Amino acid sequence: MELTTQIGESVTDGLAYLGALTTLGTRAAYFTFIAPLRGKPLRLQRAISQAMQTGVGALPILSLITFFIGLILALQSAYELRKFGAINFVASAVAISMTRELGPLITAIVVIGRSGSAFAAEIGTMKVTEEIDALETMAIDPIHFLVAPKFTAMIVMLPCLTIWANSMGILGGALFGVTQADFTWFRYIQASLDALFLRDITTGLVKSVMFGITITAVGCHEGLSTGAGAEQVGRSTTRAVVVSIFLVILVDLVFTALFFFMSER
Amino acid sequence: MGHSNSAATAMTDTESMISLRNLRVSYGEREILHGIGFDVMRGETLVILGGSGSGKSTLLRTLVGLERPSSGEIWLKGKNIAAISSGEMDEIRKKIGMSFQGGALFGSMTVGENVALPLREHTKLEESTIEIILRLKLDQVGLSGYENYMPSQLSGGMKKRAAVARALAMDPEILFFDEPSAGLDPIIAAGVDQLILELKQAFHMTIIVVTHELASAFLIADRMVLIDKGNVVAIGTTEAMRSSTHPRVRQFLDRIAEPAVSEELDYLQMLTEEHRHPGR
Repeated sequence: MELTTQIGESVTDGLAYLGALTTLGTRAAYFTFIAPLRGKPLRLQRAISQAMQTGVGALPILSLITFFIGLILALQSAYELRKFGAINFVASAVAISMTRELGPLITAIVVIGRSGSAFAAEIGTMKVTEEIDALETMAIDPIHFLVAPKFTAMIVMLPCLTIWANSMGILGGALFGVTQADFTWFRYIQASLDALFLRDITTGLVKSVMFGITITAVGCHEGLSTGAGAEQVGRSTTRAVVVSIFLVILVDLVFTALFFFMSER
Repeated sequence: MGHSNSAATAMTDTESMISLRNLRVSYGEREILHGIGFDVMRGETLVILGGSGSGKSTLLRTLVGLERPSSGEIWLKGKNIAAISSGEMDEIRKKIGMSFQGGALFGSMTVGENVALPLREHTKLEESTIEIILRLKLDQVGLSGYENYMPSQLSGGMKKRAAVARALAMDPEILFFDEPSAGLDPIIAAGVDQLILELKQAFHMTIIVVTHELASAFLIADRMVLIDKGNVVAIGTTEAMRSSTHPRVRQFLDRIAEPAVSEELDYLQMLTEEHRHPGR
């Protein structure tokens, strides 16, 4: 096959995939925000149990990872700042890079590993065992029944987890600040808060909501497009993780660029 | 819209419940069903027979609206479901029940929650009423007392019974079965056949069963359709099918093996062609 044809085909495939994700995301958003106003209530109980799995269940591992990331950030920035005798800026370096970038991103990656893959596996298995077909023959919309609760849980829990991740990262930095620089715990936290603008936190949270939508759409889309057979479920799960990581970073880039150019003015 | 319904209402058994007209279904480029047409009468049990790959499962999926036909008509309750909106289709779906091959019970819910799901989704019945209906439906399929079991705790036959209970939840007018005895031992399979017969006698339900199990087919059917390679080969009562002289019907009913297909040759041929045109 010619190179140009191949490039053309992969571009159209990619766009079709993004189109499918957008359709799914829009439908899930419809069932979350608009349908309840039209007398089709959201399955709150399912959303809450999903939120417990996605959010509360992720807390231990997320805490540990972001604490370490905060510590690593402190070590890495101190390595450079030390040369200028500016080791006291470690607090602001950690705080800003956590809230603006690493908090949302690491949270998203942990959630992809725990929940994005689980969405694809759960829905994919239901597809293989004809449970999705059964829903349809019972006149129950699988997007309303399965995707919307996950969507709701994700857009609520991802910002919450991100705030938690930010705090744990700052705490990790503080461990370095207290043991290796002349900070007390209180002064380190004070310095971190002084360095932060509200905008640093909100941009991170906006990104985390977008990540939540992306992860849900990819996980559920991969699940719903699972072919026949058990090995297809494995394939969907793998694809859900890989595609989610790629798209989360792409969304991250787009929004970071957007915020960058918006703040110039 | 209907087909000669008005004259036939008095004699329920001659009233057509589902009419297929020149139904064609394709997956992508490949056409699976090439113009299927027959009628299903109210209150009868119609068995759709056919080998693997004959298109019988596709036909069933099309009848319940899981596949869209590429052309043709499916008249069900006075509506052509080949050309209606998804909202209208949902209304029709509330009047039909489908029992899937593996049961397709939701693994994260108990048997009771599975059976009650359509009621909780589509009706505004009180929880106490739903409980009563639930017990009734489980009783009908011989699963009383199992409402708090998870599907994974049930045997294959019980799963299928639970699936039937779920299909019955909304008191459907038409009940569809996909391979009801697949994967069950002969005794359990006979029990499922018995259940289908009981449903037919007790509720005068229209039942459509897809199967390749001949013994079960002859036991439960009023009429049979034999599908082969996406076409209707024969349709008629069980007696008519038994005495049919159509070679395809005889082959299917007498279980005569297909003459060996030279698949190996095709495969080798494909390999040599691959050699001739590498990279295709």
